[in-house]
Amino acid sequence: MVNEKNTVTHNGVNPSAEPTSPPLWLLAELTYRCPLQCAYCSNPLAFTRYQNELDTEAWFSVLRQARAMGAAQLGFSGGEPLIRKDLEVLVSEARQLGFYTNLLTSGVGLTTQRVDALAEAGLDHIQISLQAADPELAQALAGSAKAHANKLAMAKAVKAAGYPMVLNVVLHRHNIDQIGALIALCDELGADAVELANCQYYGWAFLNRQALMPTREQLIRAEAETNRWRETLAARGRDMSLLFVVPDYFEQAPKACMGGWGSIFMTVAPDGAVLPCHSARELPMAFPNVKETSLQDIWYQSDAFNRFRGTQWMPTLCQQCDERDKDHGGCRCQAYLLTGDMTATDPVCQHSPQHGLLENLIADNLQSTPDQAPLIPRNARQSKHLQSQDGSAISTHRQIPELIYRQ
Amino acid sequence: MSQQLTQTQKLAQIQKNPVAQQDIYQLRRGWRLQWEAIQGCHVILYPEGMVKLSPTAGAILEQLDGHQTIADIIAILQQRYPDADSLADDVLQFINEARDNGWLAVKEVHCGQ
Repeated sequence: MVNEKNTVTHNGVNPSAEPTSPPLWLLAELTYRCPLQCAYCSNPLAFTRYQNELDTEAWFSVLRQARAMGAAQLGFSGGEPLIRKDLEVLVSEARQLGFYTNLLTSGVGLTTQRVDALAEAGLDHIQISLQAADPELAQALAGSAKAHANKLAMAKAVKAAGYPMVLNVVLHRHNIDQIGALIALCDELGADAVELANCQYYGWAFLNRQALMPTREQLIRAEAETNRWRETLAARGRDMSLLFVVPDYFEQAPKACMGGWGSIFMTVAPDGAVLPCHSARELPMAFPNVKETSLQDIWYQSDAFNRFRGTQWMPTLCQQCDERDKDHGGCRCQAYLLTGDMTATDPVCQHSPQHGLLENLIADNLQSTPDQAPLIPRNARQSKHLQSQDGSAISTHRQIPELIYRQ
Repeated sequence: MSQQLTQTQKLAQIQKNPVAQQDIYQLRRGWRLQWEAIQGCHVILYPEGMVKLSPTAGAILEQLDGHQTIADIIAILQQRYPDADSLADDVLQFINEARDNGWLAVKEVHCGQ
């Protein structure tokens, strides 16, 4: 599988002195189509622009190239990856190549037959996401009446098939107060691990930020409830890990986003665009496509992947900071969405001159009630509407994010 | 914000019995040990995660097949590396760590022996 060319370390046009290491993680976004309409979706707002999906053969090629380069972890995601009829064939090929295969799904479209077929194909892990603890709120958030019951049935089927079960709940202002009931539900379903991750504000979640951002008090209560559950579970000898993630906006230090731009991770979008993370498509830059260029060249040689490697690109504030090799200046998408400058220090950093922006957003949020900001559902109609608006809401929110927030 | 988690986890770990030489472990279901030629090391792969292993860690985990006891594994490795000092403590310590990381499933544990 591994040819000689792939074992050579390319230094290429990487602006830093460090040689580029091989990718470890491939996220295969098979489609942007999805039966749900979650208002916190991280897909691009303009997802309807990219309807020309890679076919099965093209995905086979992506998988072979990425594996030969060293990638070992593979996520099948979307959109809803179950919409792709060739999912089982892709899983089978990936598993034979030696990938550890994860399916990240809403569970909609899953049946017990398909759970078995995926197991047969060699799938290693299925992660199902839950929207809420009860069907009413789940419907309000995801726009589907049947989805919640199906998710619960499929979570049980996944467990019964012997997969390690990781449940994922995206938390926000509307469901975070249910956290105790959500953990109880995951416990009942037999989860091995639960990710209680507050949504981060990218894509549709950025558009809906005001409606989604919890108050600081909600976060403190939710984390305390999570800690109480950890003690209860430990006392019962129940092995179910709980991971609680706060929104970046409430932090003082930025995350080492994706372990560093172009360091370990790459996303292949449904149309074949290759991105350093699944949100990067919203940055004002061009990304290469597997239809035209090999993954090898994209990873080691492309301007897009070399753009934010190393420290040369950093603002002086970051270049002089001892954390520069740990947090890599934070998240480029977050810097861009909040400041309009993708080379800025991530405003999550307390040393950023724009950190006050986040403190103001959190303070302002206290003054509003959830019903003052309706959730805009993530669907094709809204996506087209946003693209067609005069001056385009999409470019407006990029350049002056406060305007959208204050609407 | 995550201080309490660490304390709870540590407490849970201390309460567990230490690994004994007669115990039999295997990798937990859904966890996979694999040689990665490009990285030049063994890795352990699990849901949405991956850890690169040192040569010693890889050699120990390779032997965890759900049949051999820890004592068997120590003997095999001792034979493979005859120049090394007693490997028993290192192996036990690593298996303890691996178990606390949640990588292992118990096949057979002899408590209090």
